[in-house]
Amino acid sequence: MTITINHFLVVSFLLFAIGFFGVLVRRNFLTLLMSIELMLNAVNLNLIAFSRRLSDLTGQVFSIFVITIAAGEAAIGLALTISLFRQRRTLNVEEADALKG
Amino acid sequence: MSGVLLTGVSGWAFVIFAVMALGAAVAVVVAKNPVHSALFLLGSFLVVAGIFFLLQAEFPGAVQILVYAGGIMVLFLFVIMLVHQRTVKEAKTFQHQWDVALVLGPIFVLPFLYILWTEKFADVAEKPGALRTVGSRLMGNTQAIAYLLYRDYLLPFEVASVLLLVAMIGAVVLGKRSSEKMD
Repeated sequence: MTITINHFLVVSFLLFAIGFFGVLVRRNFLTLLMSIELMLNAVNLNLIAFSRRLSDLTGQVFSIFVITIAAGEAAIGLALTISLFRQRRTLNVEEADALKG
Repeated sequence: MSGVLLTGVSGWAFVIFAVMALGAAVAVVVAKNPVHSALFLLGSFLVVAGIFFLLQAEFPGAVQILVYAGGIMVLFLFVIMLVHQRTVKEAKTFQHQWDVALVLGPIFVLPFLYILWTEKFADVAEKPGALRTVGSRLMGNTQAIAYLLYRDYLLPFEVASVLLLVAMIGAVVLGKRSSEKMD
């Protein structure tokens, strides 16, 4: 089975699209955050595939930074989830629709 | 011919891993129970780490397993445990606009297909062992990335550590109970 860069592009795009759909559509705030992590993972796959294709290590260094930022963003998002749950006793994003503090 | 990345057994391994990753991703988005979503996301991360190993990216694959699977998913599961609601009040998984999203979503496929069909990526001759080499010295992938991180990309490295510190402080502050009054 011969795999070219196009196969990797398709897989990473599909992963990104699934995560994108999840962010748009899920009610549970935690699953929404998980879909964001899916999108970041797809971007990492793209970076690593091109790093291999162009024989350049820069893509791998970039993907390490992406993983770092994703970890920080997941921590903040989860702290926000706990804060939201304390305020409204719900994780339903459709009920978090008032900008009142 | 250039442009071929994997052949033979690794090619089939990539196909299997890709199908598993996509199936796990669909399960993350579709599962009702957030614990199920978290476990499927964990599986997706592990499978994508396997694809990284196929692409001679051993260090990013190990970082993916350590940080994503071992750190972020544990954090997710802790928070799911903390905000667990005993009764499932609403039985609906998706928001009310899920059908509109499903219709509008594939519109983004069209530019991607155009790129896939017409884009000719640069025909770079492949240098074997390039992902393990710094300046014509052959070393491991981790060492090569370490050379890059600590010499060429030292500033982004330090900025990333400051950002992690800020994220940690922010998460602690956001997680505190708001009923405490400061004297």
